[in-house]
Amino acid sequence: MLPRSSYERLCQSRFLSGFLVACFFFPLGCAGYLYLVNNLSVFSSMGFPVPDVFKIDSSFFRVFMNFQGALAYIMTALIGPSLIAPDLANNALPTYFSRPFSRTEYVVGKVSVLFILLSIITWIPGVILFFLQVSQAGSGWLSNNWFILRAIILGNLAWILILSLLSVALSAWVKWKVVAGALILGVFGIGAGLAGIINSILSTDYGSMIDISRIMYTIWSDQLNIDSQTGLEPFEAWTGFFAVCIICLLMLERKIRPKEIVR
Amino acid sequence: MSTPLDTVIQLDNLSVQLGSRLILNKLQVELKGRTIGLLGPNGAGKSTLINTLLGFYAPSSGTARVFGHDVHKETRYIRSLIGYMPENDSFIADMNAVTFIRMMGELSGLPPETALERAHECLFYVGLGEARYRKLGTYSLGMKQLAKLAQAIVHGPKLVILDEPTNGLDPPARRRMLKMIREMRDNAGMRIVLCSHLLRDVEDTCEEVIILKGGTIVHYADLEAERSANKRFVELETIGDDEGFAAAMEALGATCAMAGKGRWKMVLPAEFSFRELFRVATEKDLELRRLNYRKDTLEDIFLKAMTQ
Repeated sequence: MLPRSSYERLCQSRFLSGFLVACFFFPLGCAGYLYLVNNLSVFSSMGFPVPDVFKIDSSFFRVFMNFQGALAYIMTALIGPSLIAPDLANNALPTYFSRPFSRTEYVVGKVSVLFILLSIITWIPGVILFFLQVSQAGSGWLSNNWFILRAIILGNLAWILILSLLSVALSAWVKWKVVAGALILGVFGIGAGLAGIINSILSTDYGSMIDISRIMYTIWSDQLNIDSQTGLEPFEAWTGFFAVCIICLLMLERKIRPKEIVR
Repeated sequence: MSTPLDTVIQLDNLSVQLGSRLILNKLQVELKGRTIGLLGPNGAGKSTLINTLLGFYAPSSGTARVFGHDVHKETRYIRSLIGYMPENDSFIADMNAVTFIRMMGELSGLPPETALERAHECLFYVGLGEARYRKLGTYSLGMKQLAKLAQAIVHGPKLVILDEPTNGLDPPARRRMLKMIREMRDNAGMRIVLCSHLLRDVEDTCEEVIILKGGTIVHYADLEAERSANKRFVELETIGDDEGFAAAMEALGATCAMAGKGRWKMVLPAEFSFRELFRVATEKDLELRRLNYRKDTLEDIFLKAMTQ
């Protein structure tokens, strides 16, 4: 019920509907590019020079994931705050939780809205592109590059999870939609800034463990078997990832209550 | 501990501690009334008790049962039986009333079509039929109270907890709200818990009352029983020679006590007919200037409880 109600409210915004449609332009362009690259023989038969740089590999999919990931990030900042902040700002939680309905169900219901929308623009088109490539390049390409499919799904799910949790946790704390949206955008910049300061003062790379964008880039690169050059080991990136998720869950546990306990 | 089937709320040494503060201290009561009043000064623990019954707070010791079900262990089931009207505004301001109440109905387990139908019915019942497509944020205070009542009853609960339902209502709206509460009790068979600062509201609607102070129950009153008892206790003022009057009344089974010249207090026997009293007064050529039931108002009860 909660996701349906949230979708109904989101669909009333023309800007969001337009943005969602715009999110499919790049995957469509990628599909066109992928088709062309697999059919370069047509160009060579027409006498056009065909350079070697056109190839579909993990780098191509990393570009795709980076671009769609950035769109997912913007969409989260636009949608996320409107999911929980109004309930808290309007003190609606006692009314919700006086029903046969748990806090976990509430959070899962709200997060599922983001999960589905972000899936539509990230890993689902990614998987479609992957299989389009398989259909064009053949099973030989699949046996050499199956890990890309794993990277698309796992990497994007991790990204969606961290974005969703950050979004609902920050919205729950500030309660005001505009501020929550700004905070979601800012937390990446603040994290990156702090990470830079820590790294330069302590002459280390461990500071990057609080830089969420670097954490995700490392995880994606590792999944795609590409050197991330972020200074973070995959294990450290995953540690940072889980730490952020746990902090968000603790924030939600503290704030999503029918009544705030004044101790 | 077993609970009789007709018991609505049973508190058995219930204590609730929030942080280091003990808010409710060993509450022990069994409430069976169709309408139960919850009274007490600010900070007495009324809201904490309601929140505990709803499963928002866990008891630190003891148990609370609603219809025989432990509120801590069977929270989900109990919530399906309860409708809650909170004291403060508690809804999405930019949502219209039908959408909000339908959503609450669905969250209570109603199928979508039924929830929509019930939302319309409830809004018409509380008198918001014409305004049901308006955003809740545009409602007046009185309308918001009605919308809160509608969301509390949309799923047809067995028990409705009303926290200050007449707050902010003008006199006609207040009367209407109290009438609806009585109708819900008498026609829909709902049990009501009414938490209010307005003693008159509680007196008008409730059969049982508990008065809380400092986290403990300082008084329990079965208002129905007290009303029946009060009907047997009368106060009289007479003019004339009343010497033989008391003796004649005592011969009819009444117990009489003089409370000053020409002023009497009498406890009448059960099934006593007032015709007899007037007959005796006529026989003794006595003029009755005043005759009224003793009425121990809830205010008296409340003030007495507060001095304990």
